[in-house]
Amino acid sequence: MHRTWAIVEREMRRFSKSPMMIVMSMIFPLMQLIVLGYAFGGNVKHLKLAIVDQDHGVPAVKIRELATAVSSGARTLDLLDYSDSGQAMGDLRNGVVNGVLTIPPDFSRRLLTNNDPRVALISDNTDTFVSASMAATVGAFIGHLNAPETPVRVSGAAGLDVVEVYPYVPYIQYLLPGSITMSIFMMVMIGGGIIFIDDKARGLHEGYLVTPITKLELVAGFNISGTIKAVLAGAAITIIGSIIAGVPSPLDPMRFFRMMLVISITAFALISLMFLLMVRVTDPLMPRMMFGLLNTVLYFPSGAVYPQQGFPGWMHVIAVVDPFTYSVHAFKSLLLKNTGFEAIAGDVAYLLVFSVIAMTAATLLFKRTL
Amino acid sequence: MSNAIEVKNIVKKFGDFTAVNGINFEVKDGEIFGLLGPNGAGKSTLIRMMVTLLPPTSGTAIINGFDVVKKADDVRRSIGVIPQAMTSDLELTVYENLLIFAKLYGVPRDTRSRLIAELLAAVELTQWADKPVKNLSGGMRRRVEIARGLVHEPRVFFLDEPTTGLDPVSRTAVWGMLRKIKSQRDLTVLITTHYMDEADKLCDRIAIVDHGKLVALDSPEALKASIPGRAPETVTLDDVFVHYTGRDLRDALQEPSAADSPFVLRR
Repeated sequence: MHRTWAIVEREMRRFSKSPMMIVMSMIFPLMQLIVLGYAFGGNVKHLKLAIVDQDHGVPAVKIRELATAVSSGARTLDLLDYSDSGQAMGDLRNGVVNGVLTIPPDFSRRLLTNNDPRVALISDNTDTFVSASMAATVGAFIGHLNAPETPVRVSGAAGLDVVEVYPYVPYIQYLLPGSITMSIFMMVMIGGGIIFIDDKARGLHEGYLVTPITKLELVAGFNISGTIKAVLAGAAITIIGSIIAGVPSPLDPMRFFRMMLVISITAFALISLMFLLMVRVTDPLMPRMMFGLLNTVLYFPSGAVYPQQGFPGWMHVIAVVDPFTYSVHAFKSLLLKNTGFEAIAGDVAYLLVFSVIAMTAATLLFKRTL
Repeated sequence: MSNAIEVKNIVKKFGDFTAVNGINFEVKDGEIFGLLGPNGAGKSTLIRMMVTLLPPTSGTAIINGFDVVKKADDVRRSIGVIPQAMTSDLELTVYENLLIFAKLYGVPRDTRSRLIAELLAAVELTQWADKPVKNLSGGMRRRVEIARGLVHEPRVFFLDEPTTGLDPVSRTAVWGMLRKIKSQRDLTVLITTHYMDEADKLCDRIAIVDHGKLVALDSPEALKASIPGRAPETVTLDDVFVHYTGRDLRDALQEPSAADSPFVLRR
């Protein structure tokens, strides 16, 4: 075992002389957290809606008033009046407006006679977020048009009351668990995989192989040192990211303890996976190429940026085996819900089993000779 | 005098190519033994089998009484190795490099500092002990490697082209240090080199390997005397080398080295 600690000592001495490594491993996840968090997290605003009023009746004016209320209140819409529907459609196709609301000539008459009154929203569906947001907003104020003038005192209709268990979670907080996992992965790749292969290419491993160190001692030494580096990166992002994302009480001792536990196990699982992938690699280009591939294959199916319930079947299969999935789930439980250990026990168990399998396989595949 | 190294009909094949083809020789305790040969002759493959970096295809070698195939770990404990490539960690200091390897070899804590201090003095690097290896010259880095290879007091020391790429002054310094270390310890040295003057001055006996086979083995003087039609005092070891290996250039393709990749971090 003393040889394992000699490897760990060597790696940590080197690490302490390369402070840029930890900075580099944190820059990408932090930038991703800030840029994606603020880019996707806000409500969609100032969508340009062309209104073509061909009716000019009182109900049409009421629709116009409701639209104006949304425009000046939530600012979801910017209204533009058109008299010519052809001109409005041209502007829609040219991207000048995002949607065209057409109130047909007989709308008021049909409304008053209860004869299927309809308005048309023609939207640019090349941007699904924009078109869905616009449809929801217009649908909401058209719904108000149907509300009775005098609401009934006690409704007989079934209703739904939504109660949110937790305080409002902005998207940047939703992204933070993925960013912590990403920072661990970045350190595993930069401080583990790339350096491991570069050292091998430069002949440093030859120096180890002529000593009496065993395969297990060598792999364990690399794994433990890689885990320590990745834990430092994960802990740093947890603190900095929690402050940036506005997580309440980010340094709550019990939560931080549980976070450190999940960070450590995630780091061990990812470094074990990385060594399993790199154990027979000699080409220094390979870890650099695999970096982007692994980033995509592991990060996006994990539910870090989008709920897994929206994935197709084949992506669910990736998500089930992906260690990121369990890490992100555990971090979400702790950071967004401040849960106890029972909520993350399954994630911790999977990551531990994954680590043991990956490290055992890496040790078996490790070549003790050149 | 017993043998520190016994190479017994050792063979190494890479697919259809036979790199080492049934070589036999012995190195006596305390000898400095030179292994010469043209590029691609099989010297490095042979030395890598003796230090357990490559498993032989057949045959074996007994190092310090331990079989390289059956008792590889015992062999590793009893030998010091300076591979052809520089394998010191450039980021770490001279002292740290030696310390880590002392720990890898399990050198007891109470003797570690003394041994490192003695070796640093022997290779004249005491004043540079706290400097990162990346700041040292090529010759100094080689001396770090020599000290590192001896940090666990091995009985046999393998050096694969230890002076390649060094200027003449550094080479002479390395020879001097090797001689000095050898005189202070119970040490057998096996060295491969392309420098005939180095082999001539340093080695008690020399083996010449060509096309994976042993073509000559004797003391430098005896090898010079073996050249027909020339007075031994007019013969150099270069003449001996050419006599036994011929004048043909040994052009050969080799596997690209990962170390040559432009993607390796140069530190």
